[in-house]
Amino acid sequence: MSVSKNSSQLLNTWKRFKKNTMAVAGGVVVIAVIVVAIFAPYIATHPYSSQNLTNRLAPPSSQHYFGTDGYGRDVFSRVVWGSRVSLQIGFGAAGMALVIGIILGSIAGFYGGWVDNLIMRFTDVIMSIPALFLALTIISLFGASLVNTMIVIGIIYWTRTCRIVRGEFLSLRNQEFAEAARTIGAGDFRIILRHLMPNAMAPIIVQGTLFMAQVILIESGLSFLGLGAQPPIPSWGNMLTEGYKFLAVAWWIATFPGLAIFVMVLFFNLLGDGLRDALDPKQKLA
Amino acid sequence: MSKFLVRRLLITIPILIGVSIILFFLMNIAPGGPEAVLMGDDISPEAAIRIRTNLGLDQPLPIRYWRWLTSLLQGDLGNSFRSGEPVISMLRTRLPNTIILTFSAFMISLIVAIPIGVLSAVKQYSLTDKITTVISFLGISFPSFWLGIVLILIFAFQLRLFPASGMATYGREGDILNRLHHLVLPSITLGAIRMATFMRFTRSGMLEVLNLDYIRTARAKGLNERSVVFKHAFRNALISITTVVGLTLPALIGGAVLTETIFAWPGLGRMAVNAVFQRDYPVIMGVNMVVAVVTVMANLGVDVIYTFIDPQITYN
Repeated sequence: MSVSKNSSQLLNTWKRFKKNTMAVAGGVVVIAVIVVAIFAPYIATHPYSSQNLTNRLAPPSSQHYFGTDGYGRDVFSRVVWGSRVSLQIGFGAAGMALVIGIILGSIAGFYGGWVDNLIMRFTDVIMSIPALFLALTIISLFGASLVNTMIVIGIIYWTRTCRIVRGEFLSLRNQEFAEAARTIGAGDFRIILRHLMPNAMAPIIVQGTLFMAQVILIESGLSFLGLGAQPPIPSWGNMLTEGYKFLAVAWWIATFPGLAIFVMVLFFNLLGDGLRDALDPKQKLA
Repeated sequence: MSKFLVRRLLITIPILIGVSIILFFLMNIAPGGPEAVLMGDDISPEAAIRIRTNLGLDQPLPIRYWRWLTSLLQGDLGNSFRSGEPVISMLRTRLPNTIILTFSAFMISLIVAIPIGVLSAVKQYSLTDKITTVISFLGISFPSFWLGIVLILIFAFQLRLFPASGMATYGREGDILNRLHHLVLPSITLGAIRMATFMRFTRSGMLEVLNLDYIRTARAKGLNERSVVFKHAFRNALISITTVVGLTLPALIGGAVLTETIFAWPGLGRMAVNAVFQRDYPVIMGVNMVVAVVTVMANLGVDVIYTFIDPQITYN
């Protein structure tokens, strides 16, 4: 019986989601970019690092859809390959931040008292160092690389999830079903995982999706500063650095990767907004 | 009121101590340690010991933290590993530049966002409202540094209306108009994403208030629309707007890193980026500490503003 109730809830959510055209568009574009990233070797027209110094800074043409950069590399192929970096860091960092935020947030919200106080004051401290400065600091210690960028973003940006999950748990932990579970002798771990977590899932999913958009922006910013994925690996951010150098003579190098970031972030935001309306109708624009 | 201020000030102290502990801890788990940075990797063991003793690195961690903290409180943040210049004097020349940039970005975003947000809430579902909603949604997805690049491309390189970099033309630093001219593109770049956020929140904050009963009462009493919107609705919507403004302040200050890099603006952000590439730890720590203090103080300011705009909040 509980199964049929769950599936009808899912169905309702899906019906609400389907009605929101922009959200569906967001989902379609996100899936399309994932497909592009998976099949990058087949979609790219040139190898991403093959240089052709006799054909530097060539404007867009039928040979090179988005033109070539300062080393004569094909910008279109590099944008296609760059989707891999964005998605890898996006999923990796967002996943990490969510896991840290969920663990700390649920502990704080479930136990309350001094545990809650300790965790939330720690969150306050992390939030009072502007994230980009903190990211710079940690990267200066461990060096810039794709994996490090992912870890750094993950260990800095968990604070919001932590606050949201804590808030949910605070209001859930004293409701009847939690009391009931406690009365029949369920342990803390079981109550958190089996009883409270499913009820806090909606805001977590929404937060995760919107966070993907954030992470892609942050990663491209760090890569732009030279502190993300290192050349010759193409990321949209480090392509912008290259484009920035040739801004006065070759507009296309900076324009297309920038457009890619914008489109990606925009549609993740649309998807996230749609999911919020569908999953969590009581939640307002935040 | 003054009691509240004192208590609110006292809360910032443990937060700043927390920040200093985290930064200090981070710097001390750096692989290789400061001596590797100072001397390069092929340092002789004797020289390494000498440097460690000179820098006091042979002492246990808590003692080093205490020393660092006490000199920090006396305004001594150490010297740059690279130039030997005191970090505090480097910060003193750079901080005002960052404040000028972030403050003007902040003002631009508020001045544009609030009237448009109010207008679009008052005329909900009108064409103006729809256009505003679309633009603000596009705005929050726009990478700010890319916006900077696009602005340079159009307004500096194509139209030649504004300079592409720096704070002033060499030799004309005293000319206020020249400085304002240099400020336009960077502050728009930094302010744009906030503008979009503030617009969204002003609109939703106003909509929420405009549907409340007391607004209907005010209208029923025959008040004119202008005074309903501005005197009754807007004052209450301001509360939620202020909350968002407070929440986004750290992001605004952090955004200076990218904007300053793009426009060669001599502020803290660019200084931090350069220090990261040179692994100049005292400078990095100093910048972080100052930025954290500015953020905490700005949040404090927002809390104080609350008490002025919200008649319901009294702090005892």
